[in-house]
Amino acid sequence: MFGLKSESLFSQSKELERQIDEFVNTVSEIGLIFKRAIRDYLSNGSRNNFDQMVEQVSIMESKADKIKKEVETALYEDTLIPDARSDVLRLLEHLDEMIGLIQGNCYRFSIQKPSFPKDFHKDLINLTDVVIDSSESLCISVRSFFRDIKTVRDNAHKVAFFEKESDKQTSDLQRKIFDSSLNLDQKMHLRYFVEKIDQIADQAEDIADELQIYSIKRLI
Amino acid sequence: MDLSIVIFLMGGLFLGWSLGANDAANVFGTSVGTRMIRFKTAAIVCSIFVILGAIISGAGTTETLGKLGAINALPGAFAVCIAAGLSVYLMTKFGLPVSTTQAIVGAIIGWNLYTGSTTNVKVLLTILSTWVLCPIITGLIAMLFYVVTKKFLQNSKLHILRVDAYTRTLLLLAGAFGAYSLGANNIANVMGVFVPIAPFSDINILNLFLFSSKEQLFLLGGIAIAVGVFTYSKKVMFTVGNDLLKMSPIAAFIVVIAHSIVLFLFASQGISNFLHSLNLPSIPLVPVSSSQAVVGAVIGIGLLKGGKEVQWSIAGKISMGWVLLPIMASIISLIILFIIENIFNLNISL
Repeated sequence: MFGLKSESLFSQSKELERQIDEFVNTVSEIGLIFKRAIRDYLSNGSRNNFDQMVEQVSIMESKADKIKKEVETALYEDTLIPDARSDVLRLLEHLDEMIGLIQGNCYRFSIQKPSFPKDFHKDLINLTDVVIDSSESLCISVRSFFRDIKTVRDNAHKVAFFEKESDKQTSDLQRKIFDSSLNLDQKMHLRYFVEKIDQIADQAEDIADELQIYSIKRLI
Repeated sequence: MDLSIVIFLMGGLFLGWSLGANDAANVFGTSVGTRMIRFKTAAIVCSIFVILGAIISGAGTTETLGKLGAINALPGAFAVCIAAGLSVYLMTKFGLPVSTTQAIVGAIIGWNLYTGSTTNVKVLLTILSTWVLCPIITGLIAMLFYVVTKKFLQNSKLHILRVDAYTRTLLLLAGAFGAYSLGANNIANVMGVFVPIAPFSDINILNLFLFSSKEQLFLLGGIAIAVGVFTYSKKVMFTVGNDLLKMSPIAAFIVVIAHSIVLFLFASQGISNFLHSLNLPSIPLVPVSSSQAVVGAVIGIGLLKGGKEVQWSIAGKISMGWVLLPIMASIISLIILFIIENIFNLNISL
């Protein structure tokens, strides 16, 4: 009626809700695949299985990118959630950057094939686990932002916890690397990979901090 | 119809236009300003419901204004409307949200003073008391809605986009209700003074409906309000939506619904009769100010949030405007009546 098609308004909302859910699912799945890929890399090296997972991450990254663009267009063209639109778009943008960080890590392992001695495997797996724990907690926090604003803070708090844990494990692993008898060039190479993995948790924490601000703004 | 009658009616139509331009912004300003509803949609819905409210439920408040001062000559009614319109314009220039309600009451008292007619003190006190009560009641209703809505949103865990869709629908419905209530409550301001001297005759439509002269006047006033909405309210709506009240679309809905309920309460003959039948004190049918209602609702929500967001200095300035406006309107009314009687040699009363 009078230019406000309530039926299409509700069906459009449902479609966008589905797309946003799918986007967050993709972020979460990419993290879980990365976790598996690191385990696989360390036990089998860069072989078929690992490369398949890297390819899978790449496909999912493109899918997430497409969803992000569609949501962005719909929110602007139909002036939906005018009060929270810019926050939602920034949130999706930063989540997309986090996907990029994970994808970058996958490619780096695939191209540069770093050689982690067996002594560091457990530490690297632990680091990857805690980093992906932070991204998982972030995904829950993001879902809360859209549906249950009150619990955003609880989940954001977990992201911060895992990020601190990741920093600690990064420092310990770097110390272990530089205390080892490896050549300096190899030490530098491994350190670079450890730092790049840790960046994922840093990004997750930054997004969680933003989310807390956005959720305060969303209180009526 | 005599051309002079048309010219005199223009006074009321001018007031109707200014009501449409200013007060309609109270109903749809936040929705349009926050881009939750398009201006065209708002203008169409607002116009239709203002006209419906005026014709269907406009009689109650008109009667009360009639008791305050029964203006019995068209030039007098013209002067009163022009005085009210002019004072609203001047106050708006100072950026104060005022309403035609206070202006018309002040202007009628000006006519009473000029013509030596007695002002019905009881009616005047009733009107003045509702001006104090109106923002308080609106504030309380807004607080109640705020608490209930907040609780509902926390428990329902609706997606942000679903909330957005519901809010848009509710804003439109509340806006339609608000426009109806505005028409019902405020048409008296625009056309009330012309009712005792209505220059129309009743029209019988197919022996089914009687379109009384009063209703024809109200239709005319409603159309004038609608023209005001279409021609000038867009700018005011964006001002109200973006500058005056920075609030979320949900808070905007609460403000509109609280405002609409209060305007409806003070215009509804049905509710008044119902309360009377229960031996309860009935609500006086008085034209209240939609601006006062909106400010009351905003302050109510602000207080519930801890009061820090309420800019008390601005609230004080606005209240001062509410006191000044009727005084200014009665002085301007006196001046215009003097000019009409002495320069144009027209009878301002019988």
